[in-house]
Amino acid sequence: MPIQPLLPAAAIAANMAELKPALRRQEALVEASRCLYCFDAPCIMACPAGIDIPAFIKKIAHGNPAAAAKSILSANILGASCARVCPTPVLCEGACVLEDRDEQPIQIGRLQRYATDYIAERDIKVFTPPAQTTGKRIAVIGAGPAGLACSAELAQLGHTVVVFEKQAQPGGLNTYGIAYYKMRPEISLAEAELVRSLGVELRCGITIGKDLTIAQLEKTFDAIFVGVGLGATNRLRIPGEELPEVVDALDFIDQIHTRPLDRVPVGRRVVVIGAGNTAIDAVTQSLRLGAEQATVVYRRSEGDMSAYDFEYQRAKCDGARFLFNVAPVEVCGSAGHVIGLRLVRTNAGADGRPEPIPGTETIEPCDLVLKAVGQEKQVVLLRRLFPALQIDAHGVIARDPLTGQTSVPHIFAGGDCANGGREVVNAVGEGKKAAHGLHAFLTRQTAAPPVQPSRLGAKTGPTGSGLLHPVRVHELEAALKK
Amino acid sequence: MADLSTNLAGIKSPNPFWVASGPPSNTGYQAHRAFEAGWGGVVWKTIGEPIVNVASRYSALNHGPARIVGFNNIELISDRSPETNFREIAEVKRRWPHHAVIASLMVETRAQWHEFVRRATDAGADGIELNFGCPHGMCERGLGSAIGQQPAVAEKITGWVMETATIPVIVKLTPNVTDITAVARAARRAGANAISLITTITSITNVNLDPFVPEPTVAGRSSHGGYCGPAVKPIALNMVQSCAADAAVGLPISGIGGIANWRDAAEFIALGATGIQVCTAIMHYGFRIVEDMHEGLSAYLDSKGMTSVTELIGRAAPTLQKWETLDLHWQRVARIDYDKCIGCNLCYIACEDGAHQCIDLKTPEELGLGLGPGRVPHKPVPKVRENDCVGCNLCSLVCPVDDCVKMTVIENGRPPMSWSNYQERLAAGEMQPIAPHP
Ligand SMILES: Cc1cc2nc3c(=O)[nH]c(=O)nc-3n(C[C@H](O)[C@H](O)[C@H](O)COP(=O)(O)OP(=O)(O)OC[C@H]3O[C@@H](n4cnc5c(N)ncnc54)[C@H](O)[C@@H]3O)c2cc1C
Ligand SMILES: Cc1cc2nc3c(=O)[nH]c(=O)nc-3n(C[C@H](O)[C@H](O)[C@H](O)COP(=O)(O)O)c2cc1C
Ligand code: SF4
Ligand code: SF4
Ligand code: SF4
Repeated sequence: MPIQPLLPAAAIAANMAELKPALRRQEALVEASRCLYCFDAPCIMACPAGIDIPAFIKKIAHGNPAAAAKSILSANILGASCARVCPTPVLCEGACVLEDRDEQPIQIGRLQRYATDYIAERDIKVFTPPAQTTGKRIAVIGAGPAGLACSAELAQLGHTVVVFEKQAQPGGLNTYGIAYYKMRPEISLAEAELVRSLGVELRCGITIGKDLTIAQLEKTFDAIFVGVGLGATNRLRIPGEELPEVVDALDFIDQIHTRPLDRVPVGRRVVVIGAGNTAIDAVTQSLRLGAEQATVVYRRSEGDMSAYDFEYQRAKCDGARFLFNVAPVEVCGSAGHVIGLRLVRTNAGADGRPEPIPGTETIEPCDLVLKAVGQEKQVVLLRRLFPALQIDAHGVIARDPLTGQTSVPHIFAGGDCANGGREVVNAVGEGKKAAHGLHAFLTRQTAAPPVQPSRLGAKTGPTGSGLLHPVRVHELEAALKK
Repeated sequence: MADLSTNLAGIKSPNPFWVASGPPSNTGYQAHRAFEAGWGGVVWKTIGEPIVNVASRYSALNHGPARIVGFNNIELISDRSPETNFREIAEVKRRWPHHAVIASLMVETRAQWHEFVRRATDAGADGIELNFGCPHGMCERGLGSAIGQQPAVAEKITGWVMETATIPVIVKLTPNVTDITAVARAARRAGANAISLITTITSITNVNLDPFVPEPTVAGRSSHGGYCGPAVKPIALNMVQSCAADAAVGLPISGIGGIANWRDAAEFIALGATGIQVCTAIMHYGFRIVEDMHEGLSAYLDSKGMTSVTELIGRAAPTLQKWETLDLHWQRVARIDYDKCIGCNLCYIACEDGAHQCIDLKTPEELGLGLGPGRVPHKPVPKVRENDCVGCNLCSLVCPVDDCVKMTVIENGRPPMSWSNYQERLAAGEMQPIAPHP
């Protein structure tokens, strides 16, 4: 049977309500006042975008949330979405010292949301559009988190930036891929507007390699940033994969973001193949759309799952089933529709790879199979666009991790296409670093990596001493003698 | 963006935030770090004949989970030589020509004062602060608060300084007096250019009940300390306002005492300070706190449409008047916002046992309120009897929810009448005495 939407709009709306709602003012103040305001704080170290977390929390505590938002956004232009989508238990909140004092860590993500919501709701502008003075032009391919973060930073450094995006809307997976109960696409789109307000030109609906060639870009731009992300989900390579109810989990999630929720078809019995964070998002969202049963099947053991533990726990709370050490062999169909998935038990072979155990096949009845076995690397696209570009053994663009510069000097890269697929905030951090790399390249300077913010707070420029690290008396005296 | 630069009796600084004389301003290294972080001025740790300090110097008052609500110290003035201090002042000034560096001084004889004033001036200091405040240790030797508590002595010594001073002189006042304006006036008479206040308040923060010795403990003994930090802010504000409002003082003021954030700073300025100084909050969190002060004050000034911080100076001062001028007819009552009330009944018990018994406990059913957060069947919630409420604020102060108990003005149609009006009208036979409260 073809699959169809299962629940009325109201029921889905309740199921898809935000898991982590906004903090109210008083809650935010109480939470902010718990922060110890650590120096050289571990939470900052754990933030790939380097937000000065204690500083922004202190500003909330002292009744200045707009300044808090400015601190956040100057380090992470996607601070509003990161507040919602970051896996904080493994990032900043996981590093919070309070955990070591047997207390709950500070809810940094929710405080970050409080500050960024505050300015969004009041339409407060924290940036003045920078003057574009250098005359250098940079083309950015892909308006995902990496491309947007890179563009915003470049614009603030005075460069002219044009972003080319294949999709109709900017934001990349941040707009089309995040679990709906974590964030609505509007937040991501509003961030793209913020980037636009810095003077960045966003051209959506243009695929580089099809509508425009690299040669054309190279004629009018001085350098290129590549932030094309990853491709579609890998193929299963098993019989029955072509049946209509065998769906790429990303396409399934994409529908949740592009259709009214009560028009998204979902199976009554869903099987998700794979056990990464995408599989978790697919299985929980299936259940929230009305699936009666949803099962994750994974060919390795529970301990091998790449999904974060807190995501795994959430899926279990949502009622997801998990079958470990089973591999799909065939999607079974009847009358052209999926009726089940044939599985075989596995155990770890000598080299650790799962090996099927003969004679252990079973059929898991289902009417929808979601594939979440990892996204393809963009090797084909990248080779076609940039024949000279060096691609490493993992199929991602080889680059200098500090500057994002690739083997082709005027081409820089960051985000999923360069790190193989991590989080939004990693893409932001890499986009930002690449912007500084590009700036150094275009202005022929050595790249200055962003200063660790909780250190001295050193400023360069006319009012600063130019000393970048905490100094002791003898070092200072030596520096002053110069 | 509002202009934050200030000019205190001729001492210019890029913003009103100065590091107060104390451990954070002990060395050139720290002064550099302070300016780097964004402070506008540094008042050097008091320079004098070098002293020797004890180990165990500080103690604190904690309140619940909050550390250092109040801070106490038995430290003396600088333990570094005047040569080192003046040399470093010169180095700091060279690197930061537009920031304020003030030399805080404490010496004994007239000749010494002359010499130290000259050395501070030669080092390039922008001003001099006379430490007449230190309430522990130094006062036993006839210095610090021993001077600041005697207007005549303070006047005489300030006079010595003024004989040679060519840069602005600030007299730092001790709060350990009954009338702060007496010494402030003495400073004025002696020709000082500004005053700064407050230094620390004589204190004992706590007693360790095991060995029966107060903190901080030095080999089984302790000594009276000087109290500062957030807890002293109300005392400092009161004294700053008293000096600002006294025409016989009439000097610019550098406000000190418990300042930890932009709001505290703005309050001192609104009561008449031209700039402010911070010690304890830096000792707690480091120089970086100035970022929030900077951004917060500028955002606040912008929100009020003020283009410079000087417009804020003294803005709240005229509203502080003698009690006898306050309107006896103005009426305010407590009103509870039941959408916010969480039903803790702290307001009830505060009014019942600690104020005027004007709140009743009623069930939500009796009050005709629907059920909801804080309102479960039969669980009483508070109801103010507005006719009896005297508008004291207590319930709104104990209420743990912001804006839940709203103190609401009641228009009663009665024309304003202060205590002095009342006395006049009584004397003129225009009215009967107001009946005592039942
Ligand atoms: C299902 C799913 C859930 C996720 N959930 C989370 C989460 O909760 N939290 C989190 O932090 N991270 C999450 N991630 C990861 C996160 O979305 C990515 O790490 C992040 O979006 C990477 O950003 P990017 O800019 O590198 O790539 P993308 O977001 O993939 O953006 C790349 C952009 O480039 C465009 N593009 C590609 N080729 C071309 C071309 N030839 N011409 C023009 N444009 C092109 C694409 O259309 C796309 O807009 C999730 C990922 C998935 C798949
Ligand atoms: C440990 C310590 C040492 C201090 N030493 C001096 C000093 O040498 N000279 C001085 O004028 N004030 C000294 N003070 C007082 C401070 O300058 C300031 O007036 C007081 O602490 C109140 O401000 P605060 O609440 O911001 O700390 C000292 C304060 C502390 C806590
Ligand atoms: S580690 Fe925790 S307590 Fe410390 S600054 Fe970060 S959030 Fe605050
Ligand atoms: S703060 Fe520094 S000087 Fe003071 S006791 Fe601790 S380590 Fe020693
Ligand atoms: S103190 Fe506040 S929250 Fe508590 S019962 Fe009274 S009004 Fe309600």
